[in-house]
Amino acid sequence: MSMLGFTTPVLLWALLALPILWWLLRAVPPAPVRRRFPGIALLLGLRDRDPESQRTPWWLLLLRVAALAALILALAGPVLNPSRALPGQGNLLIVLDASWASARDWPRRLERVSQALDGAQRAGRPVAVVALTDPPQGAIEFRAAEHWRERLTGLTPRPWSPDTAMPDWVGTVPDGTETLWLSDGLARDGRNALLSALSDLGPVQIYQPDTPVIALAPPSFDGQDVTVAARRTQGPPLALTLLAIGRDPAGAERDLARADLVFDPGAQSAEALFDLPPELRNRITRFQIEGARGAGAVTLTDDSLRRRKVALLTVREGNESLALLSPLHYLRQALEPSADLVESSSLDDLLLTGPDVIVLADMPAMTEAETQDLTDWVEAGGLLLRFAGPRMAGAGASASGFGAPQEDPLLPVPLRAGGRTVGGAMSWGDPRSLAPFPEDSPFAGLPVPEDVGIRAQVLAQPGPDLASHTIAALADGTPLVTRAARGSGQVVLFHVTANAEWSNLPISGLFVSMLERLAISTRGAVPEAGELEGTHWQPEEELDGLGLLQSTANRPAVPGEDLAPVLAGERAPGPDLPPGLYAGTALRLAVNATDAQTPLTPAQWPLGTNLETGVERPEVPLGGYLFAAAAAVLMLDALATLALGGRLLRAAMLLLALGLSVPRAEAQPVDTRILEATESVVLAAVTSGNPQVDDVALAGLRGLSLALYQRSSVEPALPMAVDVETDELSIFPFLYWPVTAESPLPSAEANDRLNRYLRSGGMILFDTRDADQARLTGGMTSAGRRLQQIAAGLDIPPLEPLPEDHVLTRTFYLLADYPGRWQGGTVWVEAAPPDAQRAEGMPFRNLNDGVTPVVIGSNDWASAWAVDEQGTPLLQVGRGSTGERQREMALRFGVNLIMHVLSGNYKSDQVHVPALLERLGQ
Amino acid sequence: MSTAAPYGADLRREGEALSGALPPLLVAAEHLAQSVLPGAHGRRRAGPGAEFWQFRPLGPGEGVARIDWRRSGRGDELYLRETEWQAARAVTLWVDGGAAMSFTSTRERETKVARARLLAMALALVLLRGGERVGLAEASLAPRAGRAQAGLLAAALAEEAEQGAEHGAIDLHASPSGGHVVIFSDFLGDLSQIEGALALAAARSMRGILVQILDPAEEAFPYDGRTRFESMSGHLSYETLRAGDLRTAYLARLAARKDHVQAMARQSGWHTTTLHTDRPAAEGLLWLYQALGEARRR
Repeated sequence: MSMLGFTTPVLLWALLALPILWWLLRAVPPAPVRRRFPGIALLLGLRDRDPESQRTPWWLLLLRVAALAALILALAGPVLNPSRALPGQGNLLIVLDASWASARDWPRRLERVSQALDGAQRAGRPVAVVALTDPPQGAIEFRAAEHWRERLTGLTPRPWSPDTAMPDWVGTVPDGTETLWLSDGLARDGRNALLSALSDLGPVQIYQPDTPVIALAPPSFDGQDVTVAARRTQGPPLALTLLAIGRDPAGAERDLARADLVFDPGAQSAEALFDLPPELRNRITRFQIEGARGAGAVTLTDDSLRRRKVALLTVREGNESLALLSPLHYLRQALEPSADLVESSSLDDLLLTGPDVIVLADMPAMTEAETQDLTDWVEAGGLLLRFAGPRMAGAGASASGFGAPQEDPLLPVPLRAGGRTVGGAMSWGDPRSLAPFPEDSPFAGLPVPEDVGIRAQVLAQPGPDLASHTIAALADGTPLVTRAARGSGQVVLFHVTANAEWSNLPISGLFVSMLERLAISTRGAVPEAGELEGTHWQPEEELDGLGLLQSTANRPAVPGEDLAPVLAGERAPGPDLPPGLYAGTALRLAVNATDAQTPLTPAQWPLGTNLETGVERPEVPLGGYLFAAAAAVLMLDALATLALGGRLLRAAMLLLALGLSVPRAEAQPVDTRILEATESVVLAAVTSGNPQVDDVALAGLRGLSLALYQRSSVEPALPMAVDVETDELSIFPFLYWPVTAESPLPSAEANDRLNRYLRSGGMILFDTRDADQARLTGGMTSAGRRLQQIAAGLDIPPLEPLPEDHVLTRTFYLLADYPGRWQGGTVWVEAAPPDAQRAEGMPFRNLNDGVTPVVIGSNDWASAWAVDEQGTPLLQVGRGSTGERQREMALRFGVNLIMHVLSGNYKSDQVHVPALLERLGQ
Repeated sequence: MSTAAPYGADLRREGEALSGALPPLLVAAEHLAQSVLPGAHGRRRAGPGAEFWQFRPLGPGEGVARIDWRRSGRGDELYLRETEWQAARAVTLWVDGGAAMSFTSTRERETKVARARLLAMALALVLLRGGERVGLAEASLAPRAGRAQAGLLAAALAEEAEQGAEHGAIDLHASPSGGHVVIFSDFLGDLSQIEGALALAAARSMRGILVQILDPAEEAFPYDGRTRFESMSGHLSYETLRAGDLRTAYLARLAARKDHVQAMARQSGWHTTTLHTDRPAAEGLLWLYQALGEARRR
């Protein structure tokens, strides 16, 4: 299927000249060696024995003709799979799906767009770029290709699918417009309509890579294993790794577990199983396919995966009662399948385990200290669940002797003394049944079984707010379950026992449902539409199209009615409801870009569509290979000529001698590097993978080293480039880390080494080198996003913009701003402790005692520092003398930085100067 | 005054050029000459000389002044003291300064002409020290004795000879008859000149030595492959496709050439030798000195 084309086929005519060349070459034997020789008089008249060999041997001829043929072919510009260039006329419309499914090969798509823009720029055609997921408002604008090129980096995929309706802007596209449509490869309603609408305007070319689309479904949890299902469009067998990502106990995000996700040949779905301890499982915030990009390769977890930790306070007197009579037996039975239980007779122990819920069953007596601890815990967000019982009834009697009953912070409502018994042998009525749950109760909608009867209960003191605290009541209106908020937590009281003594509620299915509703046990499934009605959900984090989590601030809350169809899989997320985490009062819900219902049908285009897959057959220019082949053949020819001239042996020996001397030179490369770095101060730059950036970084550090050498007593050696994956870091006091959008992410081991480096006093200066762009794009750039990903694995303390009185502003020079090649980018350093006080008589606070481990900025300092071998600046900074001033300030910032690294915060000790002077005076 | 300045400048320039080239050759030759013990050569009969030869009774008619009174005082007879006749002979040196002589096969090795000049100069020094008269085969440097002659010889030898011709032309007309001649050349060029010189020498009863100086490459012919040989002056060229094949033929021709030279020398009663530039120069010098002594004694 592969095709071969030539950029300048005319040159191929030169191949006709090859036979002539053959004849010419045949006549010319290899060049002789010229030797001066006095004995020539003795040679004159001697004859060669074999006159035939005066001609060049045929194989040498063949070699040379082959070299020439390769050269001619190479010059003709051969291209494998030449791209069918768009005929360059009229307006060019570039349509991108820009959906979650396009994210998997987004850079390639951007490259394709950039190619098209190149072509349009050359031909001077007006261009419009439209993302279907983010359609333009109003009419479409055709502008110069340069305009779009600047906005290309800002083009990102969205975590939803394009609208199926015919977009409005189609009507505004002028006739005779050519279209390049970058499809994400999924079939969708309205696609063919749009295609025909665009085809009416002009030729349409579809770009659709053949890589399979993979979509993760939300995880499911059966009490034992977490299962994550994945589906894909088609493709060969594929083995992927699924990562479970969450925060470790130190709070840093990391891979908590990994599992294989293997698609069998032809299979469209696969599952990954995680068997995790609850502790770990509760930490998982999302699942992600390793190495894959896009919102479809990430699935967020919400509370459905979390098992709450429920602490049961057991009876303190060690009296052995029958198991079925134990107040906790039915609770255990109800909670065990869906929650993690902790039991202890010591409240302190229970509080130490950090439970979500503490259950007190008929436990009235608390010491004052315990009451205080529990109150604190509840107010910090705990849920205290209490059950009544004979002892509580008795205690209520004693507590409410005279006057107003004492307010117990651990009871939602004040209780009346005693209790009441209904339907017993000595009472007047049948056991009371439950009233239907009120609308605003968390139990709303639960069916009330007929056979649940309450025989005894404790009674609440009637009061004006009793009704508002009641969330379940008996048929006669007496409260059965009451609830009250305490701080950010709540206290819930069941007015019956937790065992079957007072009622048969604990042995009914309703009990389990009620516990679930109270969010005591895990939510079994997605909340029903009815339950969501009237609720509001605040977006906490949002998933972007590339599969990265962005925290959202100032987004309006979403009504539960809108959320319900998305959760049920009836509609897909959209711009009004982006995928992410939504927090309610007690629950967090995850809306994922893809779920088990997301349609994954490959797009079918009508016959005759100009389809370009661009994946298996990228345009390959072969000229380079042919040039290389020609060079190789010519080298062979040189060897052969040497052999013919009898000089091969000598040349070989010469080469051998050269070759032998090489390995000796690099016998111990690592040792010498470390030696060099330890003998003096060496600044180091982390390689970014982009040779140009690395060169500038090294040149920048060279400039900074030079400035330090000239201005301070620091005399650094030549800077080095380090690879965080392999090189020893601890020998460098300072790492300069230029971050580009393509910077490789450090591996887990590298993260460990970097954290060790940071903890042991090293400093890293992260430079995203894009303060100029950041100003335009409002702070977020692709390099900035990359930096977030890199920093996610690092142990980075809280940061703040470099305050005016930070010690960095005065370690060597007094500085007010910190320009690099750009000016005005924010510089972040470790945040000062909140209690930092301004020292008396000093213009600055007594700030953090230590060196900030990271400095983050975007001013592209290395470019301002960079000098060449002679010490002259390498790159232009600003204009004229202002620019030189800026370069000088950049160097001063660098000097201050290194001084800060090497001498710490001793300049901060100036705060002690008055005290010292005073002491000296005495 | 107007002419004095250029003359003075000329002189100085020449002097500098001379002293620039002189010392290395002179120093090297002095060093080499140390290896040969100098001494006048007794003629083994009475004659003018410094060495005692014999006492002889005073004959009639002989001068009183020649009586050795110390010997005569011991007896009644009068004795004369005779010294051994020490004849200083003229030695003429000729070094082939042709382009062919400036050949060396490797850069480290000295050229043939350098070796020839060194040997000639060293030989001259040894001979001068022994009281002989030494000169070059040109009218301006006729054989003369004395230390001053050494400087002149060195200057003349160090002068870059004409490079145009492949081999230099020898002319013995200015050399005194009855003297000795030492000819340094590679004898790879036209031999008729040498033959002519030998004939002239024989006519004027001159004896001497033919010293053939060769580079080891000329003896071994270590070449192979397609080669274009050129003479040192570039006038002659010869191209071959397989130089290795020519080796035996070349060596045979070289041997024939050597035989021819030897035969020529034998006819005139001359000595010949072949010296190589990769051998120590002292070896050659010693041989030359002895051969010269032999030739003189006859």
